[in-house]
Amino acid sequence: MSELVKVKNLHKEFGGNVVLKDINLSVKKGEVVVIIGPSGCGKSTFLRCLNGLEEIQGGVVTVDGLPVEPGKKDIVNIRQKIGMVFQSYDLFPHKTVLENAILAPIKVQKRIKDDVIREALELLDKVGLADKKDYYPRQLSGGQKQRVAIVRALLMHPDVLLFDEVTAALDPEMVHEVLQTMLDLAKSGSTMIIVTHEMAFAKAVADRIVFFDRGEIVEETKDVKQFFEEPETERARKFLKTFKYEE
Amino acid sequence: MDLNVLKSYIPLYNEALLLTVKIGLLGILTAFVIGLSGAAAIYFRIPVIRKILSIYIELFRNTPLLVQLFFIYFALPKLGIRISAELCGVMGLGLIGGAYMIETMRSGLESIAKVQSESALSLGMTEGQVFMNIILPQAFSVSMPGIMANVIFLLKETSVFSTISLMDLMFTAKDLIGMYAKTIECLFLLVIYYLVMLLPVSILGSIIERRVRYAEFGD
Repeated sequence: MSELVKVKNLHKEFGGNVVLKDINLSVKKGEVVVIIGPSGCGKSTFLRCLNGLEEIQGGVVTVDGLPVEPGKKDIVNIRQKIGMVFQSYDLFPHKTVLENAILAPIKVQKRIKDDVIREALELLDKVGLADKKDYYPRQLSGGQKQRVAIVRALLMHPDVLLFDEVTAALDPEMVHEVLQTMLDLAKSGSTMIIVTHEMAFAKAVADRIVFFDRGEIVEETKDVKQFFEEPETERARKFLKTFKYEE
Repeated sequence: MDLNVLKSYIPLYNEALLLTVKIGLLGILTAFVIGLSGAAAIYFRIPVIRKILSIYIELFRNTPLLVQLFFIYFALPKLGIRISAELCGVMGLGLIGGAYMIETMRSGLESIAKVQSESALSLGMTEGQVFMNIILPQAFSVSMPGIMANVIFLLKETSVFSTISLMDLMFTAKDLIGMYAKTIECLFLLVIYYLVMLLPVSILGSIIERRVRYAEFGD
């Protein structure tokens, strides 16, 4: 299978403070990669480097063979290949659910409005929100908002989807509905790179686990089950332990 | 109060109202254009312009309109720049209003969370599309109460135009009092005419405000 996202020797720093050092990672088409690690380890920043929301100080990021370079004109074309869902507050509050979904396909991709609306309604129906199409974001629950954000990203027909801790700001009972939507997407063959703190979900959805710590990839494995039972590195073991409670 | 006197003054007041509204609206329009472009320039951190704007804002917010008008009307001709009283009024109102509008709109622009532009950018929008479709409409609904307050404030400020002999409402009232000493009638009409001018603006303002704020803030 072809490599869709390729990261080579990525180096990122904020004013001398190195947050990502020498990251190498390739993601194949159809693969679901889950990135985990302690807070502040650079995993969100890494995701933001992939679609050019952050400038990088070294290395190369390519998506579908095209280099991701913030500030270049071509970046808007590359970003259309990369869907991204954020932690929260990313829906446009002045637009309805449907308007949120169809804005970019019409404005950016210049697709025919009626077609986009039809497709949007189909997707909204799939995530159980067709009846909410004329609601404003403020009228939705956190979980519903995130599902709309996913629909909005999907409607651009991206090659790869990035999820940046999309359930971190949700109430526990909302988390499941969002993760279920993502799991369905993964099963349908979408290429996804997911940053999450939901370990049970990571275990269920991942083809590959990438463990970040202090700006580096410490452990990377396709044996997901093995990783959660018995990781190879001490740092991963320590991290996973923080999710367990002993009596 | 003499009703016949009131009646006979009404045509003069109507004319004054028309002039006040005309200069008021042109001034507010100028203020709005200055406000929008100035706020955008500050929002996008355009280097030199940003510095110039902050000097402009401090200068015009911290001096009275009356002084500014005197300067434009009496001092500029001494420097060889001659402009009509009407243009002077529009300029004065536009410049002081612009300073207030910049600050009002800037606070709206800066209140929009960063993730809004990031999520729009990651949908492939250009910076310009993000500003026009995402940031500006939201900023407007945040700033709208402030913008309306500025509009009403500016319309009331037109009353100092009388000092540069523009025949606005205030000037007409003072003039008539000076000539015929019907003080009560003149002042009564003055209050009524200011209300006639400002109440509709106020009401229209709250309707617009509710409109643009409904999506984000509800009823």
